[in-house]
Amino acid sequence: MTDVIRFSAARTAAAIAAGELSALEATQAALDRIAKVDDRINAFLHVDVDGALAAAREVDRRRAAGEALGPLAGVPLALKDVFTAQGMPTTCGSRILEGWYPPYDATIVSKLRAAGVVIIGKANMDEFAMGSSTENSAYGPTRNPWDTDRIPGGSSGGSAAAVAAFETPIAIGTDTGGSIRQPAAVCGLVGVKPTYGGVSRYGLVAFSSSLDQAGPLARTVTDAALLHATIAGHDPLDTTSVELAPPAVVAAAASRNLRGVRIGVVRELSGDGYDIGVRARFSDALEVLVGLGAEVVEVSCPHFTYALPAYYLIAPSECSSNLARFDAMRFGLRVGDDGEAGAEEVMTRTRGAGFGPEVKRRIILGTYALSSGYYDAYYGQAQKVRTLISQDFAAAYERVDVLVSPTTPTVAFRLGEKVDDPVAMYLSDLCTIPSNLAGGPAMSLPVGLAEGLPVGFQIMAPAFADDRLYRVGGALEAALEARRGHPFLDDAPAL
Amino acid sequence: MTPSATTAATTPTFDDAVARYEPVIGLETHVELGTASKMFCGCSTVFGADPNTQVCPTCLGLPGSLPVVNEAAVRFAVMIGLALNCSVSPWCRFARKNYFYPDMPKNFQISQYDEPLCENGWLDVEVDGKIHRVGITRVHMEEDTGKSLHVGGATGRIHGATHSLVDYNRAGIPLIEIVTEPDVRSPEVARAYVDELRELCRALTVSDVRMEQGSLRCDANVSLRPRTAPGEPAAPYGTRSETKNLNSLRSVERAVRHEIVRQATRLDAGLRVVQETRHFDEASGTTSTGRSKEEATDYRYFPEPDLTPLALTHEYVDAVRATIPELPAQRRARLAGDYGFTPTDIVNMRNAGVLDLVEETIAAGAAVEAARKWWLNELARRAADAGVTPTGLAIGPFDVARITEMIADGDLTDALARTVIDGVLAGEGTPDEVVAGRGLKLVSDDGALTEAVDAVIAAQPAIADKVRGGKVNAVGPLVGAVMKAMKGQADPGTVRKLLLERLGQ
Ligand SMILES: [Zn+2]
Repeated sequence: MTDVIRFSAARTAAAIAAGELSALEATQAALDRIAKVDDRINAFLHVDVDGALAAAREVDRRRAAGEALGPLAGVPLALKDVFTAQGMPTTCGSRILEGWYPPYDATIVSKLRAAGVVIIGKANMDEFAMGSSTENSAYGPTRNPWDTDRIPGGSSGGSAAAVAAFETPIAIGTDTGGSIRQPAAVCGLVGVKPTYGGVSRYGLVAFSSSLDQAGPLARTVTDAALLHATIAGHDPLDTTSVELAPPAVVAAAASRNLRGVRIGVVRELSGDGYDIGVRARFSDALEVLVGLGAEVVEVSCPHFTYALPAYYLIAPSECSSNLARFDAMRFGLRVGDDGEAGAEEVMTRTRGAGFGPEVKRRIILGTYALSSGYYDAYYGQAQKVRTLISQDFAAAYERVDVLVSPTTPTVAFRLGEKVDDPVAMYLSDLCTIPSNLAGGPAMSLPVGLAEGLPVGFQIMAPAFADDRLYRVGGALEAALEARRGHPFLDDAPAL
Repeated sequence: MTPSATTAATTPTFDDAVARYEPVIGLETHVELGTASKMFCGCSTVFGADPNTQVCPTCLGLPGSLPVVNEAAVRFAVMIGLALNCSVSPWCRFARKNYFYPDMPKNFQISQYDEPLCENGWLDVEVDGKIHRVGITRVHMEEDTGKSLHVGGATGRIHGATHSLVDYNRAGIPLIEIVTEPDVRSPEVARAYVDELRELCRALTVSDVRMEQGSLRCDANVSLRPRTAPGEPAAPYGTRSETKNLNSLRSVERAVRHEIVRQATRLDAGLRVVQETRHFDEASGTTSTGRSKEEATDYRYFPEPDLTPLALTHEYVDAVRATIPELPAQRRARLAGDYGFTPTDIVNMRNAGVLDLVEETIAAGAAVEAARKWWLNELARRAADAGVTPTGLAIGPFDVARITEMIADGDLTDALARTVIDGVLAGEGTPDEVVAGRGLKLVSDDGALTEAVDAVIAAQPAIADKVRGGKVNAVGPLVGAVMKAMKGQADPGTVRKLLLERLGQ
């Protein structure tokens, strides 16, 4: 079965459940693929060969024992290295955590293990999830499988590249300002940021607590739904997770009916600054949606213009506090403890040596924004913008069921192209940030190529209506694939 | 009050200082709540465990961990707020207080800032029969830090230490901070306030309030302003100092007293008072400078994004209100009214740890004065000898009530009662069982007693003659001899009466 690596997660699990494929074979296929291509992609920071094989054997044992298996049992998965998982190091892409083995599992890791998902290893990322290209990883950049001179997006670039390079069928990422959707867009994948509070953050090393959310990356809408359903739900260890039944995303993904669905195109997320190719593919997709029976209208969300500056006050503010714990005292890197230096000096030296430039930039920004005398002008003002953006969404959802936009203004850019221009890099998240600020769910799915590179289409929905993303995304995916005649990723060059 | 010899010449006495300056005192008190688990995780809060054995990812601040609010801590905080006559906020948030310190696992403390749980209350404090109302600005919740142990230095302080060890068992223990208005005007009232607050927390059973173990610690803000003549407007507040971590009632009073004299000395000399934190040294009774507030840390408070806001319903607050027991002031009023106890009586019984026992003994049928006397004197002493609290004695209110009843009935003398207590404490049963078992019933039949009286008179003729000759007071040794012959089982009054009769007096 040489094409096992190209199976969707749903098909892999079905084959395992039917006894046509063992979990061990599926896992070995993933490990072989990683061995073959990952020196060129650098999607993984750590591959847990023994742990993955043991987890696969356990699934096979349970199947042999006649136990019921979940819909993703035996499916290999890449886990963004921002989650704690026992038996594997957690680095967050940073030197400051090098060699740290967490003593506990993140809640979603517990859920994945319980579902029989095989965690292959830890995926590369921008340091502490700060970046849009994975170039901010302390362990070298990840490359885009469509063109290894280009970035895979970020910060969940390793997760996205692993799936796009057929190393694993599915991956977990996190999305604080677009860190799942933008890599999904530039790697030609389906990526979903669930509603804030829909998935537990316990064991997710926080960048910006009020914005971070874990979610799936996959090659199909159905696979994303299966993974989403596996990790969603209330967690008593995370009080910001909500006590609501998770939306029925898997069923929604299978619905092909868009009759009567009202789709709003966000006027502010288009125009100058958006690649011609991106705009063309976006318009094509709208036509397909109309053809499927949807009603497409233009809506205005005037305060989206202020989303980016508000985000770059809130996220750094929270990060400056969240990252204070990396101080050499209890875990991770310790620099300069020469027997002479006091604790404060060791903290300073460790943080100086352990954090990369983008992390330092944001800590400094956030520290400044929270300072006495500046708080109201910066953090306080940003929170007001956040409220206004939520009101824009609420007003729009009175008229439409979902909102859509391009996921990113451009296709994947070249490695090194924006490293010296942080603001240009920040603009990659222009379209994705409003959903993080307001908390609602959003999906990116591929709608075609521009300059031979994938273009992402973003769907946004009201909080806890994640199923709408899957309904619209599933129908759009099916229509585009029928027209194309093959799965989107088949167009990716062979590695 | 002479802080040091060199300044003695220009140092006013305390009385002189307060004659010219009005002290303005505010108090910030931290109370460790007696919840079974920590503020934001499930770890135990038991004091005295081996270092770093009561920790988990959350209270160690490990990456990825999250806090979850302990409902019991919220309930206790609401109880304290209500008992202090505060209003309870229907919606408030936790806030992060950011600063770096090795014993702070996350390098921020989860606290509350501009949205405290409770606000605008008061506590009445009585000193020398006069009531002082102390305004309560706020009551808020926060988590405690770990504890640093500095090794290698001479004093256990960080200065001179070669290295430091940190115990995170205390990290995350729930704390309540209670802040007063600057309403206190004397060291005595400051002390009485902390004392009353401690009693209040004890009555609410929300904390063991042991100052020596740090479960109640107090910071005192002190400033002075010139006194103005009656009718004139008060002078504006002076610059204040904050003396940290006062860990006994006595220290609160002494530290405030010292600060008043120290600040008066500076003001007299034309110097300004520096806004700073100060440390109190128990040995010398003086305060010394800590860190200056003028170069204070900016804590960069902001709402804690890892926790949802606390939204307490009216129903919740009312349900908590219904659980508030009788508070110390109400109790004092009741004890005075029902039993005639004076404030001093109450303080003495409270300090001896017998107030509840006395009440229960009275309820069990004992006379008020007898219950007070036996617990406060004999039984408190027995407890101290045994190294237990009075409640830990193997004798309870019902036993004591029965003993006092037997004394009142003339069946026991005080001395015999002590023997009965010995028996009860030794596990010989109830007072009645001890009396029966040891044969301790008071002998009052005249036959045996008359025999013993006659024998003693015969054995000591010289003393007997003195008494016959009118020296009634000489009868004492004869009473003692009869009591000895009766093995104590006679009433000394009866013996004396009999002797005097026999000797013609
Ligand atoms: Zn803990």
